[in-house]
Amino acid sequence: MSTSTISKESSQAPIQAPENTHASRLRRDRRHGWGFMAPFLAFFAVFLIWPLIYGVYMSFTGKSLTGANGSFVGFANYVEALGDADMWHSMGNTLYFTVISTVPLVVVALAMAALVNMGLPAQWLWRLSFFAPYLLASTVVSLFFVWMYNPQLGLINELLGKVGIAPVDWLNNPEVAMWSIVIATLWWTVGFNFLLYLAAMQNIPQSHYEAAQLDGAGGWRQFFSITLPQINPTTIMIVILQVLASLKVFDQVYQMTAGGPAGSTRSVVQYIFETGFTGYRLGYSAAISYIFFAIIVVVSISQFVLTRKRSA
Amino acid sequence: MALSTLTSRASTTSAASKPPTLRRRKRISASRVAATVIVAVLSITWLIPFAWATITAFKSETEAAATPITIVPKSGFTFGAFAKVLQQGNIPQWTWNSLFTSAAITIITLVISTLAAYALSRIDFKGRKVMMTVIVASLIVPPPVLIIPLFYQMVSFHMIDAYWGIILPQVIAPAMVFVLKKFFDQIPRELEDAALVDGAGRIRIFWQVVLPLSRPILAAVAIFVFIGAWNNFLWPFIVTNDSSMLTLPVGLQTIKSAYGIQYAQNMASALLAALPLIVVFLFFQRQIIKGISTTGLAGT
Repeated sequence: MSTSTISKESSQAPIQAPENTHASRLRRDRRHGWGFMAPFLAFFAVFLIWPLIYGVYMSFTGKSLTGANGSFVGFANYVEALGDADMWHSMGNTLYFTVISTVPLVVVALAMAALVNMGLPAQWLWRLSFFAPYLLASTVVSLFFVWMYNPQLGLINELLGKVGIAPVDWLNNPEVAMWSIVIATLWWTVGFNFLLYLAAMQNIPQSHYEAAQLDGAGGWRQFFSITLPQINPTTIMIVILQVLASLKVFDQVYQMTAGGPAGSTRSVVQYIFETGFTGYRLGYSAAISYIFFAIIVVVSISQFVLTRKRSA
Repeated sequence: MALSTLTSRASTTSAASKPPTLRRRKRISASRVAATVIVAVLSITWLIPFAWATITAFKSETEAAATPITIVPKSGFTFGAFAKVLQQGNIPQWTWNSLFTSAAITIITLVISTLAAYALSRIDFKGRKVMMTVIVASLIVPPPVLIIPLFYQMVSFHMIDAYWGIILPQVIAPAMVFVLKKFFDQIPRELEDAALVDGAGRIRIFWQVVLPLSRPILAAVAIFVFIGAWNNFLWPFIVTNDSSMLTLPVGLQTIKSAYGIQYAQNMASALLAALPLIVVFLFFQRQIIKGISTTGLAGT
């Protein structure tokens, strides 16, 4: 079908020149423009713009889940939140998780992709095993890992015992719990970054490597002077997206430790959830949401500025 | 910048997906062997959680909780845990809830995003630039920030414990609008102009010229949206309470507390929940991987 349109077009092309033809009118048609936009805009307005605005309003009220006391309280919620040690603790946990999860999620993904891209046999098998966990719901991942982390019956302590390492209390030791969650998260989502890296590496023109080989560059040399620079834009994007994803962490933490022990793994999103739905304080919870939002905006903008500078 | 690198890559990914590296690396076979060993060890490690869950799920509860740990239980493997979970749990109902809501989210997202993306790509309507800016800006809004006001809104819409309450807030995907817009930008305008000269209207052009050319990208976006919706936890968790309305991921969370320390049943439930997407993945591996590589950077 498309070939017939092309040939028709070429024979009629010269007639198109004058303005105000059917075609040029249609191209600027306002009605159609808004008509095509309308369904998306309707959802966008009702389920994104409106809650975003309404949430700001809520954060200035004492609204609660029971409906009582919806009165205007000014900045009281924000003032309280900024002095709330639990909020800062959860904020700190979130940042800690973001740092210690982003590094392995990028580095391990890069290593996996680089290894698989060396032209190994059975590519589909490696892709399958690294990527399959990404298809699981967070609850499934949490069930798997809570079971493997079990201090007495868990597979991991059993295996460690075989090589003479003392059992670890993976999820109940405040020093260890966050790392246990990072390990589970790494297993769960690294396959996604791995796929993005692999796609980027497979797009590097083969001629680059051939030229380097003629110059006598070895495998490591080729990786550092060809592969890494070529996939730099991908690395920047993966890091940015990973930081933003990690800042939003909630599911696996809530499911594996419920924020414990002693609040040592509780993330901001969990704190928002708890103040709103367990503590019934929707207004206060909204205020924390917007403080969190402000931090995300600052992080996003600084990442953007940093990468701009580096690539300039 | 990011989006343009993404889509230009997307169009070439499929062509390059077969590794052209074989010829180059044949010579340094020692390092290839080493790499194969490392990758093999890594992927075995990556398969352990699946394997262990499967082994546990086929044990009896007593065997699952027995020390020292055995790989092959003395009393043999059994379907008992699966049978029990399917009998007493709501897993079939939750699977249906997940399937229905994820399918609805995918369809609605696909329709509204495609229409919007087409307008943004092709029609010079007044206000287009403003729309673009607003939609780009909205990418920065993290969904968890909206749960409190959205929940309040759902209460007043009477959409708590309702399918629409799960579905509607999940259909806005600005990132997917951009993926689609970038794709439409690459379709030669001449194809449409020819139809325009013939007197075809916008809708006919969209339907007969643009959509048939866009099948691969539509499939990629659909896959990406579906996986995200199927696995979403936070929003369905907030907006449902009634056990018969839960989606699979949320339902599993309640199982964990209800069954207590029934390890075999926990693993059987987890595997049953994982099964649908794993099966789909085994069948459509190439399309899914292509879809993720295509839409991945813009999404999440």
